[in-house]
Amino acid sequence: MVLFYLFVTLFVLVSVAPLLWVFKMSIVTKTELFASPPTFLPQHTTGSHWHTIFANRDFLLALRNSVIIAGITTIVCLFFGSIAAYAIARLRFRFKSTVLTFILAVAFFPQVAIIAPLFKQFSDIGLINTYWAAIIADTVFALPLTVWLLVAFFKELPKDLEEAARVDGATTLQAFRKVIVPLAAPGVFTAAILTFIQAWGDYLFALTFLFTASTQPVTVVIPNFAGIHTIDYGAQAAAAVVVTVPLVILVLIFQRRIVSGLTAGAVKG
Amino acid sequence: MTTAAKPRRRGGGWLKEEFGNPERRTAYLMVLPVFVIVLAVAFYPVADAIWLSLHGGTPTITGSFVGVQNYVNMFQNSDFQSGLVNTIIFTVASVTIELVVGMAIALAINRSFRGRGLVRAAVLIPWAFPTVISATMWRLMFQDQVGVISYVAHALGLVSHPILSDQTLLMIACVIVDAWKTTPFMALLLLAGLQTIPGDVYEAARVDGANAIQRFIRITLPLLKPTMLVALLFRILDAYRVFDLFWVLGGQQLESLSTFVYQSVRVSQLQFPEGNAAAVFIFISALLIALFFIRVLGMQTSTEE
Repeated sequence: MVLFYLFVTLFVLVSVAPLLWVFKMSIVTKTELFASPPTFLPQHTTGSHWHTIFANRDFLLALRNSVIIAGITTIVCLFFGSIAAYAIARLRFRFKSTVLTFILAVAFFPQVAIIAPLFKQFSDIGLINTYWAAIIADTVFALPLTVWLLVAFFKELPKDLEEAARVDGATTLQAFRKVIVPLAAPGVFTAAILTFIQAWGDYLFALTFLFTASTQPVTVVIPNFAGIHTIDYGAQAAAAVVVTVPLVILVLIFQRRIVSGLTAGAVKG
Repeated sequence: MTTAAKPRRRGGGWLKEEFGNPERRTAYLMVLPVFVIVLAVAFYPVADAIWLSLHGGTPTITGSFVGVQNYVNMFQNSDFQSGLVNTIIFTVASVTIELVVGMAIALAINRSFRGRGLVRAAVLIPWAFPTVISATMWRLMFQDQVGVISYVAHALGLVSHPILSDQTLLMIACVIVDAWKTTPFMALLLLAGLQTIPGDVYEAARVDGANAIQRFIRITLPLLKPTMLVALLFRILDAYRVFDLFWVLGGQQLESLSTFVYQSVRVSQLQFPEGNAAAVFIFISALLIALFFIRVLGMQTSTEE
C-alpha cells in the first residue's frame, strides 16, 4: 500500500516538476539562473522577470490576442457544433454517417497540408494578419473534437424528450430550443473547456497567418522571448508560467469533467 | 413509427424522401454550417494542395504542370529524407513508450483511492499546456548554461557538448517531452477502458487458476482492444504530424515531415513545389495509416449505438 502511494506520488511529481522548476527559474536572479551547479531551492529571489514581462507591450498584446482567438474559436465551434451534433445524435436522416465521417476525418488531416492553399486564399480575401485567419483555421480543426464530444453527450439524454415535446405540438427546432438546449449545459460546458484548451495551444496557424504583435498569440511570442541581445531566460520562464496558470486552474477545477468528456467518446464510442 | 426500416428505393426516390420530410430537412439544415466549413476550409484546400503539388512555381505564381516530378525531387531531397526518418523514429519511439508506460500506470492505479481527483488533475496538467509552451519550458531545462537537465547530464558524464546542438540528443529530448506530455493522457484513456471490465471476469479466471500474466493477456488485452486501437491511432497520427515540438525544442534545426513542409512553403521559397508534394505525401500516408487501422486491425468506427 505504501508502495502504491509512493508510485502515485512519483507520477504526480514527474507531471508537475517542470512547471515548478520553470516557476523557480522565473523568480530567481539572473546570477542564480546561471549558477553551476544549479540551486534546488531559490536563494536570491527577484520579481524583476515578472516585471519585465508585464512591462513588455508585445507580451500583453499577445495575451489579449490569445484570449480573443481562442475565445471566438470556442464560441463559433460550440454554436455550430452543438447544432450539428444534436442533429447527428438525435435526428434521423439518410446521410448521417457520411456527414459525421467527413467532420471527424478532419481530425486526421495534417495541418501543414492546408497552410499553403489557405495562405493563398486568405491573401486573396485580405485576411492575412487578421484574427479571422487563425480563427477559421483553428475552428475547422477544433470542430471534430467539439462535435464528437457533443454527439456522445446528446446520445446520453433520455430518449423520449423529443417525443414528449412533439406531443405538445413542438416542431423539431422548437423541441431543440426549448427542451434540449437547457439540458445541454453540462455537455456544452465541457466541450467549451476542451475546445478552448485546444485553440489556445495552436501554433502552426498562428505562425503562418499572423505577423505582428497586434495579432500574434502567446504561442508565437513566447518561444522567441528576446532580451537585449539574446533570449532572456528568466523572462521567458515567467511568460511561460503566466500562460499556463489559467490552464492549471481550469484543469484543477474541472478535472472530472475533462476526463469524462475525453473518455466518453473513446470508450463508449 | 415506420421510418426506421424503410426499404431503400432506387433512383430519385431518396431526394423526395429526404427533403420532403420536414424533420429531415431541419436535420440537414442543422448540419449544413459545419459541413460547409469542413468542406471549404479542410477538404477543398487539400484538393488544392494536390493540384499545386502537380505544378511547379512559387507561392505567388503557379508554374506549369509537371506531373509527379515534384514527388521525385522530394524523395531525393536530403532535408525531406531526414525529416522522414526523424518522424518515423519519433513516432515509433514515443508511441511505444506512451502505450507501455501508460498501460502500466493504468493497471497500477486501477482502484479507488483517496486523492484520486488531485492525481487526475495533476497529470492532466502536461496535457493542457500548449505544446510550444512545454517545449519552451523543457528547452530552458536542456539549455547549456541555465538548464538543470543539461547540468545533470554533464555531471553524470552522459553528454559532453550542448544538448541543444546535437541532432540525436534533440530527438531523445523530443521523445522525452512528448512522453511526459502524453503518457498521463494515455494512462487516463486506458484506465477508463479498464474500468469497463467487470471484476467478476477476473475472479472467475483466478478461480480457474490463471495467474496475473495470463489474466492480462487473455482477458485485459482483448477487452481493451477497442479503446487501445482508438488511442493508438490518435497517438500515431499526432506523432506523425509533429511540428510544434520539433520546431521549438529543436530551435528550428530539427527536421520532421511537417517542418519540411513549413520550411518549404513559408520560409525558403525555393523548395515550394517539393513542399507541396510533401504536404500531400503526409496527407496520403496518414490516410493509409488510418485505413490500416480500420480495415486490417478492425478498429470500431461505428457512429450508431
